[in-house]
Amino acid sequence: MLRLSLRRRRKLLPYLFLGPGLVWLVVFFLVPLLNQSYVSLESGNADTGYAFAWNWSTYSDAVSSYHTQFTRSLLYAGAATVIDLIIAFPLAYFIAFKAGRFRNFMLLLIVLPFFTSYLVRTVSWQLILADNGWVVNRLRDVGLVSSNGRLLATSTAVIAGIAYNFLPFMALPLYVSLEKVDRRLIEAATDLYASRATAFRKVTLPLALPGVFAGSLLTFIPAVGDFINALLLGTPNQYMIGNVIQSKFLNILDYPSAAALSFMLMGVILIGIAIYARLLGTRSLTEAAAA
Amino acid sequence: MRRADRLRMWGLGVWSTAALLYLFIPIFIVVLFSFNNNKGRFNFTWQGFTWRHWQHPFSNPDLALALKNSLVIAGISTLIATTLGTFMALALVRYGFRGRATTDLFVFLPLATPEVVLGAALLALFLTLNVNTGFVTIVIAHVMFNISYVVVTVKARLEGMDQHIEEAAMDLGAGVWTTFWRVTLPVIAPGVASAALLAAALSVDDYVITSFNAGQTLTFPLFIFGATRQGVPPEVNVLATGLLFVVLILLALNVVVQKARGRRDAAASAIPATVAAPANA
Repeated sequence: MLRLSLRRRRKLLPYLFLGPGLVWLVVFFLVPLLNQSYVSLESGNADTGYAFAWNWSTYSDAVSSYHTQFTRSLLYAGAATVIDLIIAFPLAYFIAFKAGRFRNFMLLLIVLPFFTSYLVRTVSWQLILADNGWVVNRLRDVGLVSSNGRLLATSTAVIAGIAYNFLPFMALPLYVSLEKVDRRLIEAATDLYASRATAFRKVTLPLALPGVFAGSLLTFIPAVGDFINALLLGTPNQYMIGNVIQSKFLNILDYPSAAALSFMLMGVILIGIAIYARLLGTRSLTEAAAA
Repeated sequence: MRRADRLRMWGLGVWSTAALLYLFIPIFIVVLFSFNNNKGRFNFTWQGFTWRHWQHPFSNPDLALALKNSLVIAGISTLIATTLGTFMALALVRYGFRGRATTDLFVFLPLATPEVVLGAALLALFLTLNVNTGFVTIVIAHVMFNISYVVVTVKARLEGMDQHIEEAAMDLGAGVWTTFWRVTLPVIAPGVASAALLAAALSVDDYVITSFNAGQTLTFPLFIFGATRQGVPPEVNVLATGLLFVVLILLALNVVVQKARGRRDAAASAIPATVAAPANA
């Protein structure tokens, strides 16, 4: 009797536990997204209002008007992801293999800067890269920036800002996967006369690959939708798709276009996730997100 | 061979140090310029040292209100998101049920959605339903994006936990709730604490989603964004530095508490670090 009721309770329990949170996510995440798909097919204008009309041309118009910003977003986010991989891989490797008892301390150092406000950090870069600032002047001295050249308000500044702001998303998954690599396998490789470089290339790197993929995806996703860096460190010539969505929505009140652009952006990201899931499964991605 | 190794080690160390320095450059600037004796409203060039801004961090009433709003919103949304998220994580890790894999993926989706899309979609819903945006809608939005972070963080902790302890408690006659309060929660507490800390930090810092759903309510990031056009006042640097110190103290506390627990309970599992508390091995 008692066992049975317990078993029944145990069957019901997960739904009870899940319920409230799931309802919140459905109402305030899923429903808004579905509502967006509805809005994206509306036609009309900001003055007279919008009505639903299976208006697919919003999508084609959005593509023809904003493909520049779209490709720019992919390019900037891709460049920032590669930069982050180059910066973070040796760092994560060092922490996982060489840092010893300073490991936790170094991990703390990676996340600590990101507990200051995102905007404050980016404004700080504004100041660092400013025309006639110390950095620009030194770069002019060594000839990396021409005498009337600037850093602020260029693509370089925007990409650097994005790379800076999303670096932990790369470094932490890399660290998690490198830390999991079985040291005995590397030892076995060197025992079998593989050089250090070969052992790294044939053992460590393949085993760390899930981290590389997860880190790249977790960096690329927020980067491709970002508009703060382009807004604060760039000019309209550096604007990304996020800037377009934001201004369409908040300034021009062109809701259908904003919704259509949001959907296409989501589409790109979902394709990325699908490829990832095909290659490595979703489990390692959610695991990496926890890192 | 050994020399090459040492050289490689040295190179790695230099690279890592440089990378960490790079991460801290903007932070140094933020802290430094909180002491800048700036004239006029711009705080862009160094004009000498002063304690002035640290003595009156709340001299700007808008800024003070914005910070207060941000902290209250963070408190409420963290409490709700941490509670809902912890129970979701429990269900996902501890119970087999139909649709678990789908739920797992669904919970992960908000993390993979760009903030600008989340914010715009939510505002569109509020507009459709004629809901006035303001304090409440900000809290709703913050809970929404924080739930997933909490689930992911707490799940990591739960997966490293020995399930037999819970079964033992139940075998000894403890009910579901007693087991939860006396066994499960104490074990996963560090994970829940770091999830809450992460949620609070994300809430205080969120600009994008908030900017869509704030209505007339001012938050700390909204104030900063508004100020970027006329020059960010040094008080912002002071408060940002102050917030960083608060986080540092909370992180240190989390580490100290966990160290104490670790000594008490030597069998503590060594799961991979979480963002907010990388020091729980």
